[in-house]
Amino acid sequence: MPTELIAMGRLVIGTLRDLAPIVLVVAFFEIVVLQQQVDNLSTIAIGLMFVMLGLAIFIRGLEMALFPLGETLAAAFAKKGSLIWLMLFSFGLGFGTTVAEPALIAVADEAAEVMAKGGAIDNDEVTRDGYSTALRYTVAVSVGVSLMIGVTRILLGWPIQYLIIAGYLGVVVLTAFAPANIIGIAYDSGGVTTSTITVPLVTALGVGLASVIKGRNPMIDGFGLIAFASLLPILFVLMFGIVVGA
Amino acid sequence: MMNTVAQLADMFLQTLIDVAPIAFIMIGFQVGVLRQNIPHLKQVLIGSFYVVLGLTLFLVGLEKALFPIGETLAKQLTDPAFVGGGRAADTLDWTDYYWTYLFAFAIGFATTIAEPSLIAVALKAQEVSGGAVGAWGLRLAVAFGVALSLAVGTFRIVTGTPLYLYMIAGYIVVVIQTLYTPRVIVPLAYDSGGVTTSTVTVPLVAALGLGLASTVPGRSALLDGFGLIALASLFPMITVMGYAQIGEWRARRKSAAAEQTTRDTDSDSATGTTAEGQSS
Repeated sequence: MPTELIAMGRLVIGTLRDLAPIVLVVAFFEIVVLQQQVDNLSTIAIGLMFVMLGLAIFIRGLEMALFPLGETLAAAFAKKGSLIWLMLFSFGLGFGTTVAEPALIAVADEAAEVMAKGGAIDNDEVTRDGYSTALRYTVAVSVGVSLMIGVTRILLGWPIQYLIIAGYLGVVVLTAFAPANIIGIAYDSGGVTTSTITVPLVTALGVGLASVIKGRNPMIDGFGLIAFASLLPILFVLMFGIVVGA
Repeated sequence: MMNTVAQLADMFLQTLIDVAPIAFIMIGFQVGVLRQNIPHLKQVLIGSFYVVLGLTLFLVGLEKALFPIGETLAKQLTDPAFVGGGRAADTLDWTDYYWTYLFAFAIGFATTIAEPSLIAVALKAQEVSGGAVGAWGLRLAVAFGVALSLAVGTFRIVTGTPLYLYMIAGYIVVVIQTLYTPRVIVPLAYDSGGVTTSTVTVPLVAALGLGLASTVPGRSALLDGFGLIALASLFPMITVMGYAQIGEWRARRKSAAAEQTTRDTDSDSATGTTAEGQSS
């Protein structure tokens, strides 16, 4: 137990470095640029302590649970040797973690509002809800498919750049055909899909797979799953815009 | 005090709900398909509890300390009354918004350094590369990318130029850099685009984008407020590859310098231009 406390204490001190920039930036703009008094200093101090402690505990949990779990799963799937289950798992993980993501729900609702105001869809609650839900499921499916493609790439050892560059070309071409008001939403949807718990897990899964499969390099083949999960939603949402807008 | 406890309980529950689908899938496959014992199960369970507890404290702390003040700052620094110093909003030029750009840059950098998912990927990259990729260096490179992207993104909203032009230009730079970057770093660089924008950055970036788009004359908050996150997922790829290219270039220079020390002074002036060209 004491070693555990010492490790945690070290992590808490380490977070000072992570949070110092935020404190400095806010203080500079508040005091020097806007020349305002900072209110509620005690609340802020308590909040910052929470942030430090939370970050330290999270990092500890990361090393104890999320990283080993991702690696254990990768090893277990490789041992089982069943491609179908691995694909199902990848899709399920991507879809399941995205469909309820709060940031995605917010963006989808906002998108429905934009569309209703622009006259692209009827401005009543049922239509807007339907649109927002359809968009959300589109993104969730796209993230599920991303992980499937990403895992396939690791298994087969394809170089990532060709796939990603092909994806970019797709984005550029689809942008030309997509309705103007969906473009910003589509581009943003790539960034909101990957949550704080999914990222470490998926990264560990990819690196784990690349380490247990012969001939794969964890650095070259293991990373890249997140990259697909941020690119494919753009493509899918642009297509969604073309299909729904037509 | 009671308030804080209630807030913590609330957030803990919310985080549990967010984790539920992941836990469900993992347990389902573990029990139904893989049927293998998880090694160090006790440690994994404690660790999972730590993850939820840590995120809870982190998010409650952010809501207490950072988000209110950050959002107010974003609103104030995009307010035409502050930007123009009393001039009418429609007489403002894009150059008047320099504090906004600077704030966007600074807050983008600062929030990215504190982003937990980036910390996770950086730790993993350092471990996998055997220390060749430093966690701190990677985080600095990504943070610099997000900072640049927000400065450019706010400039885009102020000038009202279309987002896709910036995205396509960024894609072209990424493709060209991919050709010249050490191959081991490419997948990591591509990943770094997606991990930057989560818990800390998104709420503040949204406040910034909405604040700007609703106050700059002729912009629609709903249409032009989007796009900051998109750029923030693109630029880190460019800076991470740039960081790797600079690293490789310096390593090459070092080995060249070991053979021939006299040429060192000559290439020093070239250092600045190359480094700048690659990272911007």
